[in-house]
Amino acid sequence: MSLRVLIVDDSSAMRAFVRAALEEDGSVDVVESTSGFEALRILPRESFDVVIVDVNMPDINGLELVSFLRKTPQHRNTPVIIISTEASSRDQERGIALGANAFLSKPFEPQELRALVARTRAGSGG
Amino acid sequence: MDDKRDALRDEFLAEAQEIVESLSRDLLVLDQSQKEGRIDPDLVNEVFRAVHTLKGVAGMFGYSQLGNIAHHLEDLLDALRLGRVELSQEALDVLFEGVDDFQRLLSDEREGTGDRDDSPRRSRPPSSIGAAAMPSVLPPPPPLPGASRPPAQASPAAAAAPAVREVDPLSRLDLDSSVLTVLTEYEEHRLRTNVQQGVALYRLRVRFSLTSIDASLEDLKARAKPVGEIITYLPSMDGGDGDHIDLDVLLASRASPTDLRDLLCSGDAVLTEVAIKRDVKTPVPKAPSSVPEVAMHRGSTAPTDPEPGLVRSHETREISADQLSLRSVASTVRVDIRKLDHLMNIVGELAIVRSAVGRVTERIRGRPELRQLAIDLHRVNRGFERHLAELQDGILDVRMVPLGHVFDKLARVVRQVGREHGKDVRLTVTGADTEVDKLIVEELSDPLMHIIRNAIDHGIEQPDARHSAGKSRTGTLALNAYQKGNHVVIEVEDDGAGMDEIKLRETAIRKGIATAESARDMSRDEAYNLIFVPGFSTSATVTDISGRGVGMDVVKTNISRLGGVIDVQTEVGVGTKFTITLPVTLAIISALLVRVRDRQFAIPIAAVQEAIVLDSKFVRTVEGRQVLSLRGSTLPLCRLTDLFHLDERSDAGQRQFVVVSALGSRRLGFVVDSLEGQQDIVIKSLGKSLSNVRGLAGATDLGDQRVCLVLDAPGLLEEVLSTTDVSVGAGGWA
Repeated sequence: MSLRVLIVDDSSAMRAFVRAALEEDGSVDVVESTSGFEALRILPRESFDVVIVDVNMPDINGLELVSFLRKTPQHRNTPVIIISTEASSRDQERGIALGANAFLSKPFEPQELRALVARTRAGSGG
Repeated sequence: MDDKRDALRDEFLAEAQEIVESLSRDLLVLDQSQKEGRIDPDLVNEVFRAVHTLKGVAGMFGYSQLGNIAHHLEDLLDALRLGRVELSQEALDVLFEGVDDFQRLLSDEREGTGDRDDSPRRSRPPSSIGAAAMPSVLPPPPPLPGASRPPAQASPAAAAAPAVREVDPLSRLDLDSSVLTVLTEYEEHRLRTNVQQGVALYRLRVRFSLTSIDASLEDLKARAKPVGEIITYLPSMDGGDGDHIDLDVLLASRASPTDLRDLLCSGDAVLTEVAIKRDVKTPVPKAPSSVPEVAMHRGSTAPTDPEPGLVRSHETREISADQLSLRSVASTVRVDIRKLDHLMNIVGELAIVRSAVGRVTERIRGRPELRQLAIDLHRVNRGFERHLAELQDGILDVRMVPLGHVFDKLARVVRQVGREHGKDVRLTVTGADTEVDKLIVEELSDPLMHIIRNAIDHGIEQPDARHSAGKSRTGTLALNAYQKGNHVVIEVEDDGAGMDEIKLRETAIRKGIATAESARDMSRDEAYNLIFVPGFSTSATVTDISGRGVGMDVVKTNISRLGGVIDVQTEVGVGTKFTITLPVTLAIISALLVRVRDRQFAIPIAAVQEAIVLDSKFVRTVEGRQVLSLRGSTLPLCRLTDLFHLDERSDAGQRQFVVVSALGSRRLGFVVDSLEGQQDIVIKSLGKSLSNVRGLAGATDLGDQRVCLVLDAPGLLEEVLSTTDVSVGAGGWA
């Protein structure tokens, strides 16, 4: 069964990078969202195997989105990976405290992302 | 795989370029607001975010040099947005320099000489924004007010340190912890700053329809911006369903709750003031200097207020009003301009097909038994023609970008050059939304930059000199753009010293550009136009800025390559004005087809003013040049037979036409044998070996296997009017 991933990031280059990294593994369905607001629109209607969220976004930030996901029954158990820069360990810790499964610091290699996606997925039992 | 890599690289470059451009615009606004002493924290944060994003993607895609510069700038911007460093002109210098570095690195990368880690060539020295530039602006980071740390991280040492004197204002807020924990560091900082300044805090609960959330939020932001600062948006689960979502908007504002409700509340939106606790838990710490026991409360008790009811109990009022706008926000795509060129070529090919079908229709029409068929075919072809025209307009429209793109860059140059010369220069811009073909905009920035550098370097005087001349100490540079028919006019006007025609003549003689005699006989305009002659420079000293081996002659060449002309007007002591007239697009043009002997030529219609029958009675020869008296003025003539050495048979007795061409202030009449109608053409280049033939802009295919040469009207206007010898090219083709 193909993997369905949502990437929420306001940078189109980052989304392209994540998509390319995941598609390397074959059957992956990557859905892109350009903002927290757009994600709010997508999330109530769809389900995903993994959600990847950039922390530093305007308006609705990644932390708020993680908190939202965990409050939504449908996504309570959806694995969430947050992406931030190495400098922001504060945000990473908060993200984990709010219920994110893992974090990745920029810059990272495509294979790191693939491995982490595989791990969080396995960890969630899904 | 390589294709994928290239696509990713292109994606990176496109985004980085976009970020850098908007960064540049934002910095100019900041520069202005810094001078006026009202800095918008939102904008500083936006600039920070832009640089932060750039750093992130540069790192991901392996552009370490770009990433390093972004990293340095990010440090500075972080200090600026968190209020640790004040936004000074020096800080802005560093930021502007950084933008220039970004531009340079990105253009290197596009040209294949970039700094990508795995790229084989690394040419550039490290950026100017290095360790050297930073310390002067960025003081050693002072210990963060302990208050800005999240409770979880506050180390015991920091909490106990006497440096932490003030009670964290956030702890006085009647907000539950679920709100405080999802704030980013910056949002927390803004929240704290607002509370410290005594700005009231509100929660606005708004229900949004999921289908229109983007537009509704833009609308809300626009309404809130003038009266306050939106700290963040918190998605809430209570009350949301599949079609709607509730958002808690955290807003700091000095406006009265009533005004805010009138302005912001619509539908079932609810505005609640967030109470600031002044009692019970925190003994009002009005003297912030020495209240250590209060500081120890910070973090442990404050943000964990578990009573959600408390918020509502403080002056809650609910107001309903009209629905938020349902307007949807347009999505955009980035497209490589070459793809548009390709589409435009296809349109050109289709236009040829259309003409061919038209000719076939004509032939069928000649056969009585097929008449009905001809009529049907004609109708079909008309429909095709109409849609083709729409398609062409559509593609042209997509290529158009506002001149504001290049004006932003120029504003940076004005600031930089002005500072380098100790001259205070104010830039005024009008018509930044005038649209021009993307390719023309790209090519315009260098010539305009040169004119502007010249204007500041040589035109605008030092503040003291201006003062003693009775002018304001601040010089003004005006950049005006407007559309005029098929052309766009751009004016660069300064209120500087102007140019002295006598000095211009003297320089021309000294440099051997003109003889004493010819210099004396020159008209004023001719004298002013000397600045466009190669090798001429009005400056006594060659400065670093204007003297980069590029003169006004190059500016002129670049402008004419775009099918435009440049004129200059100047007055000593008053200023100088350059006027550039350009076609709106080069992609597809309407042309007048003319015949000279057995050859067809196309003249861009944009350069054609009128066409008249040549009456030889009114032709005279003045200084070896044929001129036509036309309604009281004199029009120089250019015979295409002479120009291209075509068959020299006598013209006597044959009716001929004059196509009057005008650009800017110049006029010239092309003498042709016949006029053959108007047609849209796509100009193709003549290829390398013929590209230097003067007088020709290219060639085009007229659709019946006929190739037709396109006259370079602007070039000829320049060429013919500046010399009495009207023949170009050595050999000719006759």
